[in-house]
This record gives sequence, structure tokens and C-alpha cells, in this order.
Amino acid sequence: MKTKFVSLVVAGMCAAAPAMADLVIPNLSYRTGAYAPGGIPYADGFNDYFALLNARDGGIGGEKVSVPECETAYNTEKGVECYEATKGLGSLVYNPLSTGITYQLIPKALVDRIPLYTPGYGRTSAANGKVFEWVFNYPANYWDGASVAIKYLLDENGGSLQGKKIALIYHNSAYGKEPIRTLQDLAVKHGFQFVEMPVDHPGQEQKSQWLQIRRDKPDYVLMWGWGVMNAVAVQEAANINYPMENFIGVWWSGSENDVIPAGAGADGYKSLAMHGTGMDYPLYADLKQYVYDAGNASGNGDQVGSVLYSRGVYAAVVIAEAVRKAQELAGTSAINAVQMRDGLEALEITEERMEELGLPNFGQPFAASCVDHGGPGAAMLQQWDATAKKWNLISGFIAPDQDVLEPLIVADSEAFAAEAGITQRCN
Amino acid sequence: MLYREAGDFKTTYSDDSQTFPIRFDRMGYYVTLLIAFGVIPLVINDYWANAVFVPFLIYAIAALGLNILVGYAGQLSLGTGGFMAVGAYSVYKLMTAFPGMPVLIDVLLAGAITALVGVLFGLPSLRIKGFYLAVATLAAQFFLVWLFNKVPWFYNYSASGMITVPQGKMLGVYVTGAQTTASAKYLFCLIILVLLAVVARNLTRGTVGRKWMAIRDMDIAAEIIGVNPLTAKLSAFAVSSFFIGVAGALFFAVYLGAAEVTEAFSIQKSFLILFMVIIGGLGSIFGSFAGAAFLVLLPVLLKNVLVGQFGWPTDLAAHLELMIVGALIVGFLIAEPHGMAQLWRLAKEKLRLWPFPH
Repeated sequence: MKTKFVSLVVAGMCAAAPAMADLVIPNLSYRTGAYAPGGIPYADGFNDYFALLNARDGGIGGEKVSVPECETAYNTEKGVECYEATKGLGSLVYNPLSTGITYQLIPKALVDRIPLYTPGYGRTSAANGKVFEWVFNYPANYWDGASVAIKYLLDENGGSLQGKKIALIYHNSAYGKEPIRTLQDLAVKHGFQFVEMPVDHPGQEQKSQWLQIRRDKPDYVLMWGWGVMNAVAVQEAANINYPMENFIGVWWSGSENDVIPAGAGADGYKSLAMHGTGMDYPLYADLKQYVYDAGNASGNGDQVGSVLYSRGVYAAVVIAEAVRKAQELAGTSAINAVQMRDGLEALEITEERMEELGLPNFGQPFAASCVDHGGPGAAMLQQWDATAKKWNLISGFIAPDQDVLEPLIVADSEAFAAEAGITQRCN
Repeated sequence: MLYREAGDFKTTYSDDSQTFPIRFDRMGYYVTLLIAFGVIPLVINDYWANAVFVPFLIYAIAALGLNILVGYAGQLSLGTGGFMAVGAYSVYKLMTAFPGMPVLIDVLLAGAITALVGVLFGLPSLRIKGFYLAVATLAAQFFLVWLFNKVPWFYNYSASGMITVPQGKMLGVYVTGAQTTASAKYLFCLIILVLLAVVARNLTRGTVGRKWMAIRDMDIAAEIIGVNPLTAKLSAFAVSSFFIGVAGALFFAVYLGAAEVTEAFSIQKSFLILFMVIIGGLGSIFGSFAGAAFLVLLPVLLKNVLVGQFGWPTDLAAHLELMIVGALIVGFLIAEPHGMAQLWRLAKEKLRLWPFPH
């Protein structure tokens, strides 16, 4: 029995190696399971941008980009399998869109010498390039998000949150727990009361948490949710008539898929946004011409222009720019993963460059360095308009409170360095 | 013709009571061991180790453990995921507390700790059985996962609640952490599996196993003929939890490298391993291996065939994979309710008569 299976697997594997392209950027996506509502648009955006580069420019620097996709279902075991299956193809960079998988890949990336790019998720302290040579999470991370949300609330309350009660409803996993330490420190600094409310995977069962919210009446509710948990939370908040304008999600809890199911009840719900959204950018004309109309849109093509689609595009834009930078530094267009890391570390994205790319006022300008793998960390706020079915930006970029974040990042990354026996760089 | 007892003369009692009394079986066993130890480590690469062999070996250990409890002692348990988590968190605490210790000792100690926890949660089995016991062990599953998620001491106060395995060595070779080679991972798990499988096989053939089976078949009758239900049931829980704890420790330390309890050791894990045991065959050592192979390798194989060979979209392939595996499980259980081990037994019966059936 066993031998038969093994021989079949061998046969499968031999045939599995896809055609080798010059620049391999795997897309570890999830289009199935409880997190598919988030995974599908992101994967589509990521694929479509590279499809555009291939169709319009013939790739990057004359090299075609190949984006082999591998289904992880947001599951760490499948994530390992996908990583191992694709790393032999000469992969340049990994973007697994899962904090759990990121934690697994961080030590592997170090040994295999393949960079990880985890924009807006993953291990926050990877922002410290002194310790995390192979991991990049610019332009913003979870702790930035937590700080931006509190800063926004400070502005709303005339600079003081003294005596207010702020609840965090979070996915009870590495992802959801990330902002807690920051929020605890911020609570001490600004004198608000902080309440934690975990929601277990997959997040469909939240009755007790919202009952508690109805009883305790926190002034504000922050949410670190993902997948079906978001839509359920918005629905529950609407059910208990919680004032939606006091309910703020992180950028992973602010897509159309999260609010549309709650209908009119979701009106006024806010979320962080680390980039613009919608199709009012010149880039979409090219995407339409070269990708959608050519019938090469990824997936069903029905996610175009949504928040998470835009985020997938944004991640692809940053990776493509880093590839360009790496090609420039290496003096060759066929770069390898080590050169890709150099490109990521030397990457600078200015507003002019974003405009050239057809994405004016889409993301914040940033420049990475040996020390700084985390970027400026600013984010905007957006609010859902249920009648127009549209997210409206309601603030400019708000910078996080680096005084609080800096020591936390240093402490956490140094703990990792001590555990993993890493000597710090960039001295 | 080849597979037969005839002509295989046994002249000593130990010959007569050996594990594989038929020569052909014995040869097969030695050849399998030879390939597993002598050939695979030389050719294995990262993909084969991390996606195929290491998970198979670890799940086989877990299935062996659960089979002892469910298959041999007849105590239904849904707490496997929780007990694996005990193994994983024990090995993590041991490795971070005593960095220089050889990993094998950490893993065995983790198994021992899990055995203690298993005995504790096995106590209700003295009063309740069947589905009621399943519910009691289900409580263990939820309680343990909650505990490891709630108490920061277990994950060394890390910000995210993730545990990440430190680099660990065995005889000067890395066996945990990112620097581990594919063959070291594979061999480490294989050695533990072979040792535990030999132990399991001999336990189940001896007095202890016979007591378990007596309890399984009819506990009152067993008690009347002098089997102490207290020791029999608790020893089954202890041995089973030891195996499962070792599997959990390896699952976290060697295979995943980093884990969070809600995702890696959820109720799904308990069901997955229970399905392995049921599909493989209750009360069979071979069945544990067959069940683990079926449920670990088949999805990987299907994925590689559907996505790699046919080039289908990954989501379609993932959905089809679930449907195919599900259909095969149902089909298998209808065709042979006693699992793959029974199919194997029937095949051997037929082989004995081949090519001249009555």
C-alpha cells in the first residue's frame, strides 16, 4: 500500500515541476476555507499586476515574471508544503499573507537565504533590520496600526482618552494577539481602560463577546479580525446597535466582503487603510487593456478594485519595484534571492514613482535601510457608506507614536536574536 | 506460492512467537527497514522530507498511540489534539529551559509529561465509557488548548503567543531548527517511530495488551477473570498519551518549527488522527501506518497531480481534493468497515492460497 502511494507521489512530483521562468515570485494564496474572503481578492490583485507587467512591459527589466500559485488554506502545514514545493524553483521572495506561516518561514528564510515580504502583517518586530536580515514588513505593521487607531481616537477626543474604555476584539491567534502589548502600553500612557476580547478560530461564534460589549459599553471597539470573523463581528455590532462610528477595524478588517453582508447596519463602520482603494487610478486603464480585456484576469475577475485586491496590487508593486532596484544594484536582470534581498533593503518608493506607476496618492512614500525594514507605518482611516457601497477615506496619513513602538520593537527583536543566536548587523 | 508457512520450520519457542512468523513477511519487513534507513536518507530532499516523510512518520506515531487507546483498549478519545499540544509545549519549555540537553531526551520527557496528563484525563474512564467518555476527552481537548493559549508562561511571554523551536542537537547534528538537514529530520523521526512501533507491537502481544483487549471486548467479564480495570485502563491512557505526546513534540519541534496551539492542535487534529485509526484499522499496528499514509500522502499526491500535472486552478484542486479524499474514505469504509488492515489481512489470506485456491 505504502509503496504504491510513494510511487504514485513520485510520478506526480516528476510531472509537477513547471516551466522555469527567470523571475519566480510564488503566490502562497488561500482561496478555500474560512479565510478565503480575504485571500481571494488579495491573490487576484497580486497575480494581475504581474500579468500586467508581463503583457505590457515584457516582465521586469526584460525578464518575464512567473507567479506559481500554491493553496495554503491559511493552514501552517500546507504553508510548509507550499514553501518547500516552490523554493526549488528559484523563488525570489515569499509573501504568504498569514502571520502563522510567516512565523514558520522566518527561521527557514534565514537559512535558505530567501527574503520574506510581509506588508502589514507577520512578525512586527521584523521591522528591526538589525536582527531580521531577511524579513521586510514596510510600509506598516500591526503595532503601527494599533498606534494609529489610538492617535485617531485622541484627535477625535481633543487629545485625551482619560477614563475612556477601549475594547479589542481579536482573532485568538498570533495575528490577533500582536497588537495587545502595544495597546497595553498606550493604555498606560493615555490613561484609558483596555479590555481584551478573544474570538476563537474561525470566528463565527461571537455572541458572548458582543453580549459583553453590550453590557460593558466600551466607548470604542477595535478589531483585529480576518476572514469570516470580520463579517460576523460587523453583523453582531449592528445587531446590538453598537454605534458603528466607534467601531474601528485594522486594515485586514476593512474590505467590502466584511461589511456588505451586514447591509445597512454596517453604515459608518471604520477601518484603517494603508493605501487607497477603488478604480480611480490610471493603472486600472492599463490593467483593463492588457489583463482584463485580454481574458487573463486571475480568478473570476470579480474582485477588481476592492480593498484587498488593491492591497494585493500594492504588494506586487512594491515587490516589482524591489526587483527593479535589485537588478540595478546587481547589474543583471536575472537576479537571485540574495540580490533580491539587497534590492528590498535599498528600496525607496517616492510619490513621483507611484505617480509614474499610475497610482498617485495611493500609498505612502518610504525608504528602507539596513536598520529600517518597517517603513514609516502611517495609515489612513476609511469609513463605509452602506448606501453607496463604498469606502470613503476620512483622514490623511496618520503617523504612529514611535516613542511607544520603538522600545517594544527593540525588546521583541532582541528576544528573538537571543533565542536564535543572531548577532546584530548594521553597526 | 511465495507467501506460505510451509517449509518454514521453527525449532525454538522464540522463533515460534516472533512478530513475523512467515518468512516472506519477515523479508518484507527487513527490506522496508533497509530502504527506510539505508536508501531514503541518501536521496531525500527538503520537499520530500517536509511535505511527505516527516509528517507521515509523525502522524504514524500519533496514530499508533491513539490505536492503543481506541483500538486495543476500547476507550474512545477525542483529546488527541490536546495531548499533542501537551507534548509540543512540554518540549518547548524543556528545550528553552535546558538548552544543552539532547533533543531525544526532551522528546521522551515530553512524552512522559503527556502520559501523566493523559492518566489524569483518563480517570473518568473508570466510571464512564463509550460516547460519554468521548465527551469527557473532548473536554480535555478544549481545556488544554485554552490553557496553552491563556497562560503566557507556556509560550514564554512572547507577544504573539507563538512558540518557535530553538536549535537543538542530537549527537552533534541539528535535528530541530532551520539548519536541520532533510535527512537528519527524517532519520530522527524514523528512529523514534521504529522504536515506538516495536514497543507497541510487543506491548499489544503481551500481558498488558491482552488485558487491554479483554477490557475492550467486555469489561465485566475481564474483571471477573482477574483483570484490574483501574490499571488496565490507566495504563492504556498512559502509553497512548506517551506516544501522542512524542508525536506532538516532534510535530512542533521537527516538522513545523513554530506553532500556535489553536491552529496546530485544534479539534481537527483529534478527528484527523481518529480517522487515520479508523480507516487504517482499529487494533492493528499496520493499520496505524496505513491510515497515516492514506490521510497524509493522498492530499499531497492529489495536489501535485491536479495542480502540477493538469495545471488546474489551485482553489478548484483544493476543493476537489477534499471531495476525493472524502469519497474515498466513505467508499473504503463501505467496502471494508474494518479498515485497510483488514484488506491487508484478506490479501494475505488469498496470497497464501495463490495460485491454487480451493
